[in-house]
Amino acid sequence: MEFGLLQVWEGGWIGAILRGAAVTIAVGVASMIFGLIIGTICGLIKWRAVFGLSQLVDLYTSVIRGVPELLIIYLLFFGSVEFVTKIATAFGFAELADAGYAFFITVAAISAISGAYSTEVIRGALAAIPKGHIEAAVALGLPSRRIFARIIAPQMLRIAFPGINNVWQTTIKDTALVSVVGLQELMRTAFIGAGSTRNPLIFYAIAAIVYLMITLISQVGFNKVEAVLSPRKAS
Amino acid sequence: MELIQLAVPVLLKGLWMTLTLTAISVAIGFNLGLGLALMRGSENPWVSGFARGYSTAFRGTPLLVQIFLIYYGLGQIKFIHDTPVLWWIVSEGSRCAVLALALNTAAYTSEILRGGLVAVPVGLVEAAKACGMSRMVRFRRIEFPLAIRQALPAYGNELVLMVKGTSLASTITVLEITGYAKRLMSQTFAIFEVFAIAGVLYLILNLALIGAIRLVERRLMRHTQPAAQSLAADAVQAV
Repeated sequence: MEFGLLQVWEGGWIGAILRGAAVTIAVGVASMIFGLIIGTICGLIKWRAVFGLSQLVDLYTSVIRGVPELLIIYLLFFGSVEFVTKIATAFGFAELADAGYAFFITVAAISAISGAYSTEVIRGALAAIPKGHIEAAVALGLPSRRIFARIIAPQMLRIAFPGINNVWQTTIKDTALVSVVGLQELMRTAFIGAGSTRNPLIFYAIAAIVYLMITLISQVGFNKVEAVLSPRKAS
Repeated sequence: MELIQLAVPVLLKGLWMTLTLTAISVAIGFNLGLGLALMRGSENPWVSGFARGYSTAFRGTPLLVQIFLIYYGLGQIKFIHDTPVLWWIVSEGSRCAVLALALNTAAYTSEILRGGLVAVPVGLVEAAKACGMSRMVRFRRIEFPLAIRQALPAYGNELVLMVKGTSLASTITVLEITGYAKRLMSQTFAIFEVFAIAGVLYLILNLALIGAIRLVERRLMRHTQPAAQSLAADAVQAV
């Protein structure tokens, strides 16, 4: 047990790591959902080339994609911490703010990042839908909401799916970055474990394996869904 | 205004570190990645399996974990502690960061280059064989130039990711742009302003990189540009 496997077991770290992994997955899924909502709205704006808004979206995606994620996380955390605690104390929610705050800001930061990448994926998918399909739907006199639901959205989903898979993989890896500002997710748990047992090797190796399991298992899931979505292959 | 006078020189100092980290790790990572891409094509299942496993492991875990594993974890292994060369690398933050970044980018680079190598038309390779080119010559003259042409746009994206990746070195005491920015944020409390200056530095750096890649791409693809050729022809006629 020279690398401290026994210590990990006896110190009850397995439970802590699993809890951390659960937080990581929760942050990842929540940020991915918000990111997809942002991405769909911004992607539609860019696709339709709405004047004014489309330029704003361009600014948003190029800043987020050109600046390191860590710097964005620092901005959101340090920039808001004072403001939020002030508001929360003023309304008498100081303790509540402490507990939920880290999670909330984390999801906001990671959503902003995954939203920028999703925007590009969804814009690309929208651009790949044949023009004729939409023209045909217009010619049939379908209302525009139904054109979106029946013609645009299903094709967009299918084309964008591999890209969304990539965004998910990056998003789950990006959640590790918020450990530097203190949310108790997988990486933070490993960091604390490494510090208190003085066995960093085993703790970071375990963290790496858990991340690898998360990405590999979700990859299998994504491949299954992709097989379902891909057109006319089954028969 | 005072803030700009304070922050800009400090962040420029960080820019130098960011550039150095990127340049060294890309130089090492590209060569490792090329080796891994070639290993992927090997007929020996152990060799190609190793390359595939390497790429899965490094692309499936966060860069931060890799950096921490190298910086905090490797020193614990007695063999590394006792080998002077390895200890020299592991004992200092910036060298650890370069090692982690190089190993990480090697995994992504190998996937990108493999995509390029697979896309080389079989007929061209066969023609080269028929001409009696040796394996080495074939790779140097036919396969690699075609593969790199195909892979260049994707590799440009990877370079931008590397520039952004160097920011993680700040978590292991290396002072590059993000490291200095964090320090300035906690000293001056001008969080947004410092972020804006540091962000602009990164954006300029990334735009310059993308521009450079575009130039290289245009140079490599110059046979596909009739407009440029006719322009050159016009110039010749004019002379």
